[in-house]
Amino acid sequence: METFLGIDYPTLWYLVVGLLFSGYAILEGFDYGAGAWHLFLRKDLSRRISINAIGPLWDANQVWLIIGAGALFAGFPVMYATMLSAMYIPFMLFLMLLVLRSAAIKFRSAEEMKWWRKTWDIIYFLSNSLISFLLGVVLGNILQGVEIGENLSYQGGIFFSFLNPYAIMVGFTTISIFMTQGAIFLLLKTEGRLFERLTFLLKKGMIFFIISFAVTSFYTLMFLPGVTDKFKEYPIFFILPVLAFLAVANVPRLVSKKKYAYALLFSSLTMAFLLMLVAFQLYPVLLPSTIDPKYSVTIYNAASSQKSLGIMLTIVLIGAPLLAGYFLFLYKTFHGKVKLDDTSY
Amino acid sequence: MDTEILARIQFAFTIAFHYIYPPLSIGIGLIMVIMEGMYLKTGQKQYEILTRFWLKIFAITFGIGVATGIIMEFEFGTNWAVYSRYVGDIFGSALAAEGLFAFGLESAFLGILLFGWNRVSPKVHFISTIGVFLGSMFSAVWIVVANSWQQTPAGYHIVGEGFDARAEVTDFWAMVFNPSSVDRIIHVWQGAFLAGAFLVLSVHAYYLLKGRYVEISKKAFKIALAIATIFSLSQLISGHSSADGVSENQPAKLAAMEGHYEASAPADLYLLGWVNDETQEVTGIKLPGGLSFLVHQDFEAPITGLNAFPKEDRPGQVNAVFQFYHIMISIGMFLIALTLYASFLWWRGKIFDKKWLLKIFAFSVLLPQIANQVGWFSAEMGRQPWIVYGHLRTNEGFSQEVSSNQILFSLILFLVVYAILFLLFIYSVNKKIKHGPYDEAKNPDEFLKYV
Repeated sequence: METFLGIDYPTLWYLVVGLLFSGYAILEGFDYGAGAWHLFLRKDLSRRISINAIGPLWDANQVWLIIGAGALFAGFPVMYATMLSAMYIPFMLFLMLLVLRSAAIKFRSAEEMKWWRKTWDIIYFLSNSLISFLLGVVLGNILQGVEIGENLSYQGGIFFSFLNPYAIMVGFTTISIFMTQGAIFLLLKTEGRLFERLTFLLKKGMIFFIISFAVTSFYTLMFLPGVTDKFKEYPIFFILPVLAFLAVANVPRLVSKKKYAYALLFSSLTMAFLLMLVAFQLYPVLLPSTIDPKYSVTIYNAASSQKSLGIMLTIVLIGAPLLAGYFLFLYKTFHGKVKLDDTSY
Repeated sequence: MDTEILARIQFAFTIAFHYIYPPLSIGIGLIMVIMEGMYLKTGQKQYEILTRFWLKIFAITFGIGVATGIIMEFEFGTNWAVYSRYVGDIFGSALAAEGLFAFGLESAFLGILLFGWNRVSPKVHFISTIGVFLGSMFSAVWIVVANSWQQTPAGYHIVGEGFDARAEVTDFWAMVFNPSSVDRIIHVWQGAFLAGAFLVLSVHAYYLLKGRYVEISKKAFKIALAIATIFSLSQLISGHSSADGVSENQPAKLAAMEGHYEASAPADLYLLGWVNDETQEVTGIKLPGGLSFLVHQDFEAPITGLNAFPKEDRPGQVNAVFQFYHIMISIGMFLIALTLYASFLWWRGKIFDKKWLLKIFAFSVLLPQIANQVGWFSAEMGRQPWIVYGHLRTNEGFSQEVSSNQILFSLILFLVVYAILFLLFIYSVNKKIKHGPYDEAKNPDEFLKYV
């Protein structure tokens, strides 16, 4: 098998996909999180400011989902096909909510009527919350495994089996971490009364996060067999949960010191460490089978050919610096507090 | 209904709906680049007003295009799992390149384009406009490459058997430049330019008829007319080249497009007609031997007909392929006539006197849209029964583990959400057009000066 820097191609691509989804979680995390606070902001002006805080950024942030899904399709077509067809309903709901959310951002402030704004506010709030929840649900199902049989065919329930207790717990944890991320982001973008309100909401969000995180971790350790096997084998990786914990603990400290940019950085790191933890725990499996481990989708039985992976790694080496450049420029341009003008939503 | 049919209906519906928007974005994008370029070059305020106005319509179009496009990306996996596993190795790299090179570019600059007027210099803003436009052009490249590979596979080999069979890339550039991709990319681009240009023509013809914003509308109309004329004509060239490629690589599709059944005989060219698949007869107005002439420059040359293929290896809906193809051609011809005549009048300095002509332009907005849609329908239905030409059948490509009830559920969801989306699109574009490019109430003196 071909390697680069001593790492085989499927593993490298696993890292690429992991990186893309971490980027997606961090960037859209604050978009979705800000939206999940929407109905907690009471005044129309506050809600407008909140939408315009993500206004110039959300479309670009969403690209991480598009590229991530493309990368998954490109590198691990078997995983892409099996996961999406096995979790048909949650993914269809997720897609529909994405459409509604985009519509809400575009159309909410287009009319003055009270009923119009109220309706879009509710749609915006619900779509952001449910998108976050469903992402967590999907992650929970991946961690737990699904019923994959021979020939990679899904043999589980069709409509509601994705809503199992563990997945729901991971779903709530995801909402809570996104809400924390979103509130910190909004603090960077707002002033005055709205800023005060968000400081108050952020505290609630952190409590929500700590509780759901504790419950989910406890459940994972108690009821998901084999989770700790990897760590017994490679104790050095115990550093990941420790780092995740330290990063979480650092957020309230930085918030109380009013260092919001650093707080956002550390809550992003929390997400990154947690996802690394998941990635490490699963590797080299992508989607475990609960029927028989030999039916699991792994990075080796799901990967594209060596040739194809080589081409795509080249594409990434060329494309990633470009993408980084675009993002730096975009974020630099829209640095600072929201100022509404005639181009705003 | 069975899963395959539902999966096909859902795909056809979601892709057709999606395809209303990206061509408009590409076309309006080109016109915005020209308008903003003119503004930077001449410093005339009118061009800035026009750029800002079309940017508003672009923003809505682009937004819906992205939202409905994400659905397409996932639908391959949810509904066409077997197909995805089969082509992932090939399709994947095109999609990855699209994401990094095209979507990254357009989405990052979109923010600056829409909200950066007061934050960046006019030059940087212009660069952002170009960035978004180029991004949308690139995204068309990669997705058409992927689709063209399905039509004319190249640069690959098949590995494994039965369930494990899949195509693997052996030559990346041969895959990218497969026999049909270049013709089709150009054809799609030009179709997109026409879609955008005709929207601009329609809106400004409407203003001219109403006597509103006359000065800036004349400017915009001329820019769009130039684009529309150039690309209606050049569409003929890429269309012809494309059809030549089809005759070589997908003879069954070409035969269906002209309703040509005899295994090997000179083939006619129809202006319009009706295909009876039972009797294998076409009734209509035709040029005898015309297709033979177009392909071989000889009225007597034989063309491979549908009967040269076993029934299970040729398109099932011959009349539909025939009709869609002919609607596309008829619209194309009409657009050539219309734009050439209008350009002639422009040259003679009489174009804005002809009310009836402006009326035709005001209503022609739908024509390129229809041509784009039916063109794709004939290309895709003509490829049947194959999902990957010659290798994988459509009835083998769908997700075996997904039930028809699941698809019915998602199809209903799509219908409802897309209906709402479409109404919102029409409502808000209409509102922006009614409101006009310039807020006269805000600054009446300036209004008189510029508009």
